[in-house]
Amino acid sequence: MSDIVISVRDLTKCFGNFTAVDRISFDVRKGEIFGFLGANGAGKTTAMRMLCGLSYPTSGSGSVAGFDVMREGELIKRHIGYMSQRFSLYNDLTVWENMRLFAGIYGLSAKQTEERATELLNRLNFSSERNTLVGSLPLGWKQKLSFVIATIHRPEVVFLDEPTGGVDPVTRRQFWEMIYEAAEGGTTIFVTTHYMDEAEYCTRVSIMVDGEVRALDTPFRLKQQFAAESMDEVFRVLARGAKRGG
Amino acid sequence: MKQNFGSFVKKESLHILRDKRTMLVVMLIPVVLMILFGFAISTEVNNVNVAVVAPERTDGVRDAVEKLSQNEYFTFKGYISSDEIDLNLRSGKVGVVVVFASDYDRRVAQVKDGISTKPVIQLVVDASNVNTAGSATAYLQGVLLGSASQQAMFETRMLFNPQMKSAYNFVPGIMGLIFILVCAMMTSVSIVREKEVGTMEVLLVSPVRPVKIIFAKMIPYFVISCIVLVIILLLARYLLGVPMSGGVSGIFSLSLLYLLLSLSLGLLVSTIASTQIAALLVSAMVMMMPILMLSGMLFPIENLPKFFQVVSNIIPARWYIDAVRKMMIQGLPLVAVWKNGVILLGMTVMILAVSLKKFNDKLE
Repeated sequence: MSDIVISVRDLTKCFGNFTAVDRISFDVRKGEIFGFLGANGAGKTTAMRMLCGLSYPTSGSGSVAGFDVMREGELIKRHIGYMSQRFSLYNDLTVWENMRLFAGIYGLSAKQTEERATELLNRLNFSSERNTLVGSLPLGWKQKLSFVIATIHRPEVVFLDEPTGGVDPVTRRQFWEMIYEAAEGGTTIFVTTHYMDEAEYCTRVSIMVDGEVRALDTPFRLKQQFAAESMDEVFRVLARGAKRGG
Repeated sequence: MKQNFGSFVKKESLHILRDKRTMLVVMLIPVVLMILFGFAISTEVNNVNVAVVAPERTDGVRDAVEKLSQNEYFTFKGYISSDEIDLNLRSGKVGVVVVFASDYDRRVAQVKDGISTKPVIQLVVDASNVNTAGSATAYLQGVLLGSASQQAMFETRMLFNPQMKSAYNFVPGIMGLIFILVCAMMTSVSIVREKEVGTMEVLLVSPVRPVKIIFAKMIPYFVISCIVLVIILLLARYLLGVPMSGGVSGIFSLSLLYLLLSLSLGLLVSTIASTQIAALLVSAMVMMMPILMLSGMLFPIENLPKFFQVVSNIIPARWYIDAVRKMMIQGLPLVAVWKNGVILLGMTVMILAVSLKKFNDKLE
């Protein structure tokens, strides 16, 4: 297998007459940070759900971590990590209990869990909070914890759905450092965001408008192509043509 | 993937154990209800004050009064004249006045000789509380007839619950209610909470099958309900003195079936409701009210209007309460209530099938 981790060809999802995702095609390489941008209602979430094995495409084909999105949704689930835009750890469980739960879900043994948890907590400088209830942690810490827990089983791809919503700039900065670190370790990152400065951090960026991928390249070349100063401008130019309300 | 099921059950148990307040409420409610219904609230005849009007205190009258005062449920308050009846009842000094005619003894004797018709004893009853009045009258008739005349006009025997203790009656009702409360309400709220908070999303992206998530949720609540069941049975037996002559195992098995049914109901509610508040409301209004009103817990089903009698057939608690009553009080074995068991089983299968289907549809 080559180093293509996500490969999508003409992927389409219709709900009745409404085409939420319209023949999108792209490849994501191993270790890339792939920015998946689009206004609300552009079809980002639907596309991501298909890639995560949560819903079946109406037509087209695609593979994630080597598994077919049409037929092997359950296998895909085992090889990806997912962090939702809403904070989604259990507030009434401790840091360690949350880690143990998700490690258990992904089939890690007790010994593996212990090793992996210790490693991750050390990396976060979190070892002292091991038995703290997650609910009593500040939001920034929770987000970081969510991220490491999403990677506890060393997935090949991590899907991050607007991971930095509501987080202060300093923590966002730290969060992106973690993302870089993970990407350097060979994990592919697939991230959606509304922050255009974050888009600049991505290796490559795709921008969805009205269910289609309208632009896909490195931030640098996208700016060149649209003769724009920033990604924000690129996004505005593209989103202006949107027919669907956002 | 056995491991992940285990981690789920562990997680659910932790949720419940961490929530000490809810835990306490769940354990205390049955105890409080049992004590409340068992002792404080009762529709049984107890300490009814009785006065007697008798122009002549003949042997027959004295005999009847003696029977009355010996009875622990009636207190004989003395003889009064017929003008005082109204005042005594109004002031609440007595609940019932027994009026003997002056020719009472003579008539009794004549009946024996076949000359006269049966004597009539008049009961003047304070019926402001219909329940008490009804049972007091019935019981008093029994006492008086049994004593006064060998020429009994009718004979009533209160089987199984001769003193008509209401505690006996309420225990099955409480059981029918409490398991819905613990199983259905708590599971539905806990499933919906995950949807509301957003953790469900992450679980769905994980390799765990949704059905497993649900069953892992049910297990701890099932265990809690079993503990509650044991508490109720112990209280019923040793605090309220309910006989349970039919054997506890039958009651237990049927209750387990009812627990499953309640859990399935909880799952069904969780597929309908999208917020915790909605789940609570649905559980309270759609499940609790019918149980209280239509299951025979408080009011006998035979007393309901025809329409509601028909409606009561679809309420699972009705069949459960009816069966438990039979086993607990009449002492019937489990086989005797097989019909109720089959109905409950059918309902469980149906509810479970519908809710699993709805649950899976929602995911797509």
